[in-house]
Amino acid sequence: MKWFFVPFKFIGGIVHKFVRELGRMACFLTEAFFWMLFPPYLIQRVVRRINFIGVKTTSVIILTGSFTGMVLALQIYYVLAKFGAEASLGPVVALSLIRELGPVISALMVTGCAGSALTAEIGIMRISEQIDALDAMALNPYKYLIVPSLLAGVISLPLLNAMFVSVGVFGGYIVGVGLMGVSSGTYFGGIQDFVEARDILEGIYKSLSFGVLITWISCYKGYYTGYGAEGVSKSTTQAVVLSSVVILVWDYFMTSLLVS
Amino acid sequence: MIEVVDLYKNFNGYEVLRGINLKVEEGQTLALIGGSGKGKSVLLKHIIGLVKPDRGRILIDNQDISKLRGKALKRLKERCGIVFQGGALFDSLTVFENIAFPIREKTKMKASQIQDTVFRELARVGLSGAENKYPAEISGGMKKRVALARCLVMNPEIVLFDEPTTGLDPLISKAIHKLIRDCQKSLNYTAIIVTHEIPEIFSLVDRVAMLFNGKILAMGTPEEIQASKDPVVHQFIHGELEGPISIE
Repeated sequence: MKWFFVPFKFIGGIVHKFVRELGRMACFLTEAFFWMLFPPYLIQRVVRRINFIGVKTTSVIILTGSFTGMVLALQIYYVLAKFGAEASLGPVVALSLIRELGPVISALMVTGCAGSALTAEIGIMRISEQIDALDAMALNPYKYLIVPSLLAGVISLPLLNAMFVSVGVFGGYIVGVGLMGVSSGTYFGGIQDFVEARDILEGIYKSLSFGVLITWISCYKGYYTGYGAEGVSKSTTQAVVLSSVVILVWDYFMTSLLVS
Repeated sequence: MIEVVDLYKNFNGYEVLRGINLKVEEGQTLALIGGSGKGKSVLLKHIIGLVKPDRGRILIDNQDISKLRGKALKRLKERCGIVFQGGALFDSLTVFENIAFPIREKTKMKASQIQDTVFRELARVGLSGAENKYPAEISGGMKKRVALARCLVMNPEIVLFDEPTTGLDPLISKAIHKLIRDCQKSLNYTAIIVTHEIPEIFSLVDRVAMLFNGKILAMGTPEEIQASKDPVVHQFIHGELEGPISIE
């Protein structure tokens, strides 16, 4: 009869592990938000983290943003041309970037560039006892490592998103106007007519939440990393994979909420 | 005074500490010896409040560190310092910044005063001139000395050393032992040194405690420990392969 319970035990084990991990992650974020409220407010550390998360990702954002805008314009022009609606190229490119592609792709780029580095950095600090050293000095590791990263994520992501969208719209302009022959006035005029404040707000809300998600997952995975170099590399991979999946899943729920 | 009473700790079902009882008087230095991976570092982390016990008490001047929270715990931690096994230096900061870090974060000292203090500590540990180097650019022995300087810069009353000479050549080990002894004489802190440096450590400390099977098997003066008739203690301090301790 024992064999009968094996699959239940197996599934139960997985569910138990998942729920425990989720609870630990929730406690981690709650503690970080809690310590955010109390002084000392380490502004300098936040600025350094913005440099780490935001500034160092800028070149990648500009590069991917411009090519995303360009390929989007090519694909959309091809479809619009079938209906004779080429004049709508500008607003379609802009709305796709503002509402969806800008926040999502910029978040994925930040995950790849800064999220992984954040996990590796905190993970190495953990295994080399630097976090314990902070704690032993009666300094709160949350205040020194986690809170500045969370704040930097929340500040950087909307700005990187804005950069991605601006460059993307300009990339679309180069293809649409420069290559496909859409008039410049039609391209920008359409954007002015169709893009509303709520579209921009949707993009901002998304990138703000992605900023929290990326830094939360990356810091958590680094803070509770395994032993040795293998533990850190495993945590880094997990952080990137989990952040990327969560970004896409969260994006769906946020979109359905904001659209409705 | 440090007092550990009936301390238990288990990790993932493995009981590392099984009723530790230990006492270190103020100004005394205790060497904690025992096999590798048997819980000596875990015990140190309990004493400084980095790990919470499953059961038992850790009293520092009659205050139970495992029961303290918030500001009271912070105040108690500020009276202690620890030199970690690998140094635990912040690798993105220079030697100067590492030593200055606790002063900058915990005091309102002026930049010139911080500089003087750091240079004084560097001179004390014999590292004048190394202030602009990063931890990755200095040797293991230098890292341990920087870690000691960073620990002593806040004038702690209790200092815990986690294998301060592991991996160093005999001369540097001797130099670090001398440094620990000299600093202890001048600052008069209470110290616990986790070490495998036997018999060298016996000339440095007031008392020795041996950890075995999660308990303090023997405790006494270095002379008493060296003269111990206990077969486990005898085998361990003489490094004999044959005896009650099995090599895993």
